[in-house]
Amino acid sequence: MSVEETIKRIQSQKGVQGIIIVNAEVLICNAGIPIKTTLDNSNTVHYAGLIHQLVMKARSTVREIDPQNDLTFLRVRSKKNEIMIAPDKDYFLIVIQNPSE
Amino acid sequence: MEHVFVYTRKRREFGRPCHFSDRPAELIVDILPDAGLRAEFVERNPLPAQVQCGPEWSEHEVNTERLESEARGMNHVEGGWPKDINPLDMEQTMRYRKKVEKDEHYRSAIVRLGSIMEHYIKQNNAVDIYQEYFTEGQEEDDEEEEQEQPVARTISVFRDPGAVKRWVTALSWSPAGGCKLAAAYSCLDFQRAPPNMSYDSYIWDLENHSRPEMSLKPASPLVCLEYNPKDSHILLGGGYNGQIAYWDTRKGSHPVETSPIEVSHREPVYKVIWLQSKTGTEAFSGSTDGQVLWWDIRKLSEPTEKLVLDLSRKGDLGHALGCLSLEFETTMPTKFMVGTKQGLVVSCNRKAKTPAEKIVCTYSGHNGSIYALQRNPFFPKYFLTVAGWTARIWSEDVKESSIMSTRVHLLDGCWSPVRPSVFFTVKMDGTLDVWDFLFNQKDPTLSLKVCDEALWSLRVQDNGHFLACGSQQGTTTLLEISSGLCTLQRNEKALASEMFERETKGAKILEEQQREIRLKERSRSEQSKEEERKESEKVERAKELLERAERHFFHMVEGGRMLLNKNGSDHLGVQVL
Repeated sequence: MSVEETIKRIQSQKGVQGIIIVNAEVLICNAGIPIKTTLDNSNTVHYAGLIHQLVMKARSTVREIDPQNDLTFLRVRSKKNEIMIAPDKDYFLIVIQNPSE
Repeated sequence: MEHVFVYTRKRREFGRPCHFSDRPAELIVDILPDAGLRAEFVERNPLPAQVQCGPEWSEHEVNTERLESEARGMNHVEGGWPKDINPLDMEQTMRYRKKVEKDEHYRSAIVRLGSIMEHYIKQNNAVDIYQEYFTEGQEEDDEEEEQEQPVARTISVFRDPGAVKRWVTALSWSPAGGCKLAAAYSCLDFQRAPPNMSYDSYIWDLENHSRPEMSLKPASPLVCLEYNPKDSHILLGGGYNGQIAYWDTRKGSHPVETSPIEVSHREPVYKVIWLQSKTGTEAFSGSTDGQVLWWDIRKLSEPTEKLVLDLSRKGDLGHALGCLSLEFETTMPTKFMVGTKQGLVVSCNRKAKTPAEKIVCTYSGHNGSIYALQRNPFFPKYFLTVAGWTARIWSEDVKESSIMSTRVHLLDGCWSPVRPSVFFTVKMDGTLDVWDFLFNQKDPTLSLKVCDEALWSLRVQDNGHFLACGSQQGTTTLLEISSGLCTLQRNEKALASEMFERETKGAKILEEQQREIRLKERSRSEQSKEEERKESEKVERAKELLERAERHFFHMVEGGRMLLNKNGSDHLGVQVL
């Protein structure tokens, strides 16, 4: 199963507005680099930068409370949509979905 | 029993240095137990005693130092790229991206994450996890919650940035949502304004409490300030020297136009109100010089109409009443009311043909000058006046007395725009009172000490949730009221109108009685004038009074004696005699 197929499958689900794959390597400052995206550039950069920081914070929070624990998934539900983040050691997969009413 | 200790000192010893010496304890008074008193007490057996076994709690409040915050924006530029790659160069970024995509880690990670993600997406689509299941039960919960104590909380404080503190004499929320608050600063102490006091008034944005959003620079300090209810950029202000000026916030801090001094008021303008008109440019102002002037802001060079508040209807400025507050209700565009310094509320009709007919009637009953006057937004027939020592609610039909009144020294007040029976007042000692007339008529429902100095002005925002009050030291405090006080209860309108009608009826009946008594007295005195035995009648009446007083006295004594016999103790007897 390749990356393309995965992304296409996710994209075809109901309500999905966009997918971003971010590289988590922190070299300079705290921004992540967007590798692949289905949104426009400015939005992508926005999401990548902000969500990267959020995931780092969430992960460190979980780890501090219990060092054996780790972050597996993060959902941010807002009035207009839901941002779902699946973190990995080096990459994040971010999906923005409009939840069904 | 008073204990007095007296010591004498010779006059030539005054001022001498004190020589302290040690002295043994001296018994000054010794009160021994009196066995006789025991008879007045009854031994209580069993005696309730309370014991508590629980952790001891103590409550502490800490206020941090004021935080000056500023909002700054940051431009997010793409970052995170490794040093050798220029983020603006498309080719390099493309190449970097392709390189990452070829990485083995990448593929496996993304495939794994993809399957996890799919699970959650499907979950989202299947069930709405935030759906409300038991809405009926929730409503009941809400009702129980409302039984809790009403509470008002200070949200933020806006301080006068100037060095010299001035009073906040007027507040005005911006229309349609009200996220801006305009405050007029001036010093109303006669001729005691410090020389370097700044004349500015400010517009505050609710989000930013460290600095005003805009300052308005008039020629003299503003005593009152109002936003135009139709246009949120236009403000009208009345100054301490009697001039009226209007600002357009898009055009800057200086007034767009000011009325010339010759045709303006001769004393500080205490209130300006915008009128309901097609052009939305008309307003009227009142001041203590006894005049009410109408203006059209497009032409501030002279007032369009003038009214002198002279009760004898002669237009005489010398006898006119000083006007401290004005009231105008948009549903009744020809009528308006004026609250005067002398404690009278004058109701006037604007469309009267002659100036004499303009003053329709007066409502008397207040002892002090009327600081605030407002009609109930739900029942325009009833209005609230706040004067020296009382706040009273009047009905338009009853002219002699108010239908309800309270007893505290107040400076400003206003109705809540969402609940017909709730109104707010502020006091000289810095307390804010919230009154709910359906709940308790004698005491405020909630009394909150906002600050230590006197609060001069008060304004509720249109949604009834927030209110701002301004103090003598130039601080404006923004408070949030608990939802119980600002949500309309179910039959509140009906209950409030019932209550108002009841009170009006009561007041009318009282008025009738008063009138009858007066008529009787007048007719009686006329009769006695006709007869010539005026004096003997007086004497007779005096004798009657004496007899009545004696009878009353003996009746009291008899009553006391009967009580005496019942209790069988001597004390009462001693007192009566």
